[in-house]
Amino acid sequence: MTTPVVGDQRTLGFSRPELPPPLRNPRASLKLRNALVGWTFILPNFLGFAVLTLVPVFTLFYLSLTSWNIFGTAEWVGLDNFTRLLGDKSFHIALGNTFYYAALHIPITIVVSLSLALLLNQKLRGAAFFRTVAFFPYITSIVAVAVVWNMLFSPEFGPINQFLGLFVDGDLPGWTVSKDWAMPAVIIVGTWKDMGYYMLLFLAGLQTVPGELHEAARIDGANAWQRFWNVTLPCLRPTMFFVTVMVTIQSFKVFDLILVMTDGGPGQATLVLSQYIYQKGFEQFEFGYASAVAVVLFLICILVTVVQFLYNKRKEA
Amino acid sequence: MTARTSALRRSGRVLLYVVMIAAAAGIMLPFAWMVISSLKLNNQVFTAPVQWIPDPVQWRNYLDIWAKADMVTWVRNTLVLSVAVTFLQVLTGSFAAYGFAKMRFPGRDALFLLYVGTIAVPWQSYMIPQFQMLSGWGLNNTLWAIMLLQAFGAFGVFLMKQYYESIPDSLSEAARIDGLSEYGIWWRIIMPLSVPALASLTIITFVQTWNDYLGPLIYLRDRELWTIQLGLQSFIGEYNAEHALIMTGSVLSVLPIALIFFLGQRYFVEGIATTGVKG
Repeated sequence: MTTPVVGDQRTLGFSRPELPPPLRNPRASLKLRNALVGWTFILPNFLGFAVLTLVPVFTLFYLSLTSWNIFGTAEWVGLDNFTRLLGDKSFHIALGNTFYYAALHIPITIVVSLSLALLLNQKLRGAAFFRTVAFFPYITSIVAVAVVWNMLFSPEFGPINQFLGLFVDGDLPGWTVSKDWAMPAVIIVGTWKDMGYYMLLFLAGLQTVPGELHEAARIDGANAWQRFWNVTLPCLRPTMFFVTVMVTIQSFKVFDLILVMTDGGPGQATLVLSQYIYQKGFEQFEFGYASAVAVVLFLICILVTVVQFLYNKRKEA
Repeated sequence: MTARTSALRRSGRVLLYVVMIAAAAGIMLPFAWMVISSLKLNNQVFTAPVQWIPDPVQWRNYLDIWAKADMVTWVRNTLVLSVAVTFLQVLTGSFAAYGFAKMRFPGRDALFLLYVGTIAVPWQSYMIPQFQMLSGWGLNNTLWAIMLLQAFGAFGVFLMKQYYESIPDSLSEAARIDGLSEYGIWWRIIMPLSVPALASLTIITFVQTWNDYLGPLIYLRDRELWTIQLGLQSFIGEYNAEHALIMTGSVLSVLPIALIFFLGQRYFVEGIATTGVKG
């Protein structure tokens, strides 16, 4: 990230008049004053940010090493919570389901939103309207969306199964009431809701692809697919990186969608890590143990971000 | 261009239109279903085949819901929260962004990296220590908790910083030479120039706070503190067989957001594009 800044001499034709070298003291005090003023700008937001985000993140690690629950104070238990995780069946299920959700939601969302962006980039009439439509699910509330989709997915009289019934003879998916189909249903809704946001990011990225490159490739006889693969995609790499990181984190922390759509069920078929943290912490009041689960979620998100970051760095070089 | 390839191109374009219209219809289907069902009698919601036009149209649902659900309280709480959070976020975010974008001092870049780093940290992972802390301050079960929770996000800082960097430095430099303080430059030069970004941040923050479900779920226990999302969710649980009325409540909860979105969608789109392009 390059940030041109005031006082950055390269970007200015005229800059602050340079003080002659002997007068070092006034210059130093100017620097100090500048730093103080700079800090006052950042402080109001940073105070809130530090107290409400940074402090909890650091106390999380301490809490995860304690036995804090509703009956008592936080007592140091070392790694006990983490060894307990190893044998906790529900935790394993939640972890597996989280990866299941991520493994499908990440690629599907990327492919669908990129396709929509490419479609919109064709300068069709009505594209502005379509952009509005595709983005709309992203800004609507999860509660309203979940209840509507649950009705659409209703196995017997829901419109989705009625539509599928036109083509399929025999058993139709039970969607949110079936152990096997609940997760696909949640993934469909998650993708439907999020794709508009990533579509906008891709669309912004597509504006940076130079038109001359496409022209040149066309003259060289490259077909549409070859142009996409060899011109558009490489030019989109920064956007692709950003989108991948965001969609990955979003997938691993998925929570409210599942909470209101299936509440982790049926059984534990859609129980994910975030919800397990919530259950342990806010329903069973095992703060220490819930924190240990939260540390796992935290580490997964940091790890995948770092890996993607390094991968992007290597590709850039 | 030969006639054949031009015919091919034309049919290609027709195909694109077909795809676009089909996709749009598919995406909007849940909302269509929501509105249609909200105007039906309850026993007409689930029929085979689906009845796409309500008959008779039940406008009554939109009157009945106010009697059955405490919508007024919910909307009032949600409005209070959304306005307060948006005000704080826009003010502190744009203020901090000036420090990050237009000033140079030691520690600035490290500090910004801290902000960037938290993108990778999901709130779900630190909601428990945060809850313990805010409860310790006696803020559990108050609207203050949600305000604090939402108001100091890194997003506002990013968005405003990106925008400030597109404002030529020569402007603020000239003002500095004329003797304007840094605060004066922020308020009188930069702020008036960043109205589009401020508009983006305002509506994005407002909508996010309006839609937030998890924060209120964890912190707001008393019914009189509930937001529209919490209220709607409990209404769904309580009247789970009243499908038509549930859809009416859903329409009402989405309506204000839909209005804001259609009026200000340019700012939405630009705001999201700004934070995305440079990351």
